Amino acid sequence: MKQLISTADLTVADVDDLMRLADSFAEVQTRDVPKVPALRGRTVVLAFFEDSTRTRTSFDLAARRLSADVLNFSVASSATKKGESLRDTVETINAMGIDAVVVRHRSSGAPVQISRWTDAAVINAGDGWHQHPTQALLDYYTIRQRIGGLDGAKVAICGDINHSRVARSNVDLFTKLGAEVTLVGPKTLMPPQTSDWPVTVSHSIDDVVAEVDVMYLLRIQTERLSSGLFPTVREYRSRWGLTLQRASALRPEALIMHPGPMNRGVEIDAEVVDDSRCVVLNQVAAGIPIRMAVLYQVLGPGRFEDTAGDQVGVSTDAVVEQGGQAEPTNGAKPLSVDATEVNLEADSQSAIKEASCQ
Amino acid sequence: MAERERRRTPPYGGVFVARSEILDTAAVRRAIRRMAHEIVEANEGLMDTVLVGLQTGGVPFAEAIAEALMEIEGVEVPVGKLDVAFYRDDINLRPVLPEAVTEMNIDIARKIVVLVDDVLFTGRTVRAALDAIVDQGRPRSVQLAVMVDRGHRELPIRPDYIGKNVPTKRSEAVNATVSSVELGEIQR
Repeated sequence: MKQLISTADLTVADVDDLMRLADSFAEVQTRDVPKVPALRGRTVVLAFFEDSTRTRTSFDLAARRLSADVLNFSVASSATKKGESLRDTVETINAMGIDAVVVRHRSSGAPVQISRWTDAAVINAGDGWHQHPTQALLDYYTIRQRIGGLDGAKVAICGDINHSRVARSNVDLFTKLGAEVTLVGPKTLMPPQTSDWPVTVSHSIDDVVAEVDVMYLLRIQTERLSSGLFPTVREYRSRWGLTLQRASALRPEALIMHPGPMNRGVEIDAEVVDDSRCVVLNQVAAGIPIRMAVLYQVLGPGRFEDTAGDQVGVSTDAVVEQGGQAEPTNGAKPLSVDATEVNLEADSQSAIKEASCQ
Repeated sequence: MAERERRRTPPYGGVFVARSEILDTAAVRRAIRRMAHEIVEANEGLMDTVLVGLQTGGVPFAEAIAEALMEIEGVEVPVGKLDVAFYRDDINLRPVLPEAVTEMNIDIARKIVVLVDDVLFTGRTVRAALDAIVDQGRPRSVQLAVMVDRGHRELPIRPDYIGKNVPTKRSEAVNATVSSVELGEIQR
């Protein structure tokens, strides 16, 4: 695993490795000093071109707990505001000599595009309607902790499927791990075509609520109201929301999940949030060990992916020598510092420096 | 496996093929018992002594030593399990993954910590373990017990309790379990 763009790229073995790593990192969280020196000397840039609080702070904390240096690059203080193209921004960050970029962007496909412009490992922290792979992984980690796994489990994902990157990454991951996924929601919020998705589609939450192991609710964005995709918030709640009444129909060992932030009283009733089956806070807590695992995997073992078999098999001394040569240095980055100065106005460069806090 | 130091066994390729058995089950048991006696003797009892087995090879030995200490002194010595993957100095050189989750449900502050591992080779695992230990608290002292010392140290690290000194070639491998110690090679 050299980068993480989509859960579709992960093999079951990759997911298992990440879960085992996350178990180890979850233990690190419980220590008095919840920090390990694993990624000392590595630099991680958090490039969030779209607002995010929980994902960014979670990545930030995860990187710091691995002793990596973190550079926060947010759109509010970045050169993008001044009309710099995404490519120039990425090449600028790249020229500073970094090891990983965590990208959140409103356009689907931005992380893939960025990975073509940089040698650094790219981690997708959400792109448009496309993917949010660490969310899917932390959801699976939470499910694995509570009910052991997903093989043969029934999962309903309910809400605005069409505009949801969480739905897409979770469908990819959950079905890969053997879950039967049902998408639930009004026709107007379903993707135009779901025939090539490995899922069943239902338009009634009442049909599925009694039989699922996991009820996954998506956030309803009120701006969808103005696009006329559903009439009113109250109507949404009464037809698609997990009301207290519907929650009582859920099996006692079922899980209620939500990627947050929740609209209490819309997709989920306030009382349901306090239900012992609701694992929303467990999901948030799982975010840090999962993101530590992803960062560690792409900056640690993932760098040896192509050579792992041969390299480690040769004599021990050769391992050290080969590894030493293969170790990327800042000198290997494609853009020199001079090029940066040509590309950037002096003040926008200082803006980036201010934005960084190590 | 013998040395987690530079593990060449699956999934990274290669299997351990034994050439000769150095210690059988009874001999391993006697060595563990002797090491337990030495720990009691050196520390004048077992006050404030804790055992920390290194994941995963050292853990069965730590548990076996704890059992022997129970028989000798009638004292239950706490056993921790420490994984040192995230403290290794070769994370940038090879794919380092943890072997198992650390379980240190013991307070090591002001304690005598006896690190226990199966095979002592280059000493790099022990160096990582020392870093991992000080992150968990400040022990009064740290001692090292190994089932097999096979030489080839790359760091100034010396064991306090040794089950068996086994002179080896660098290319050889040692497989030490609580039921036998074997010398052999990794074959790909």
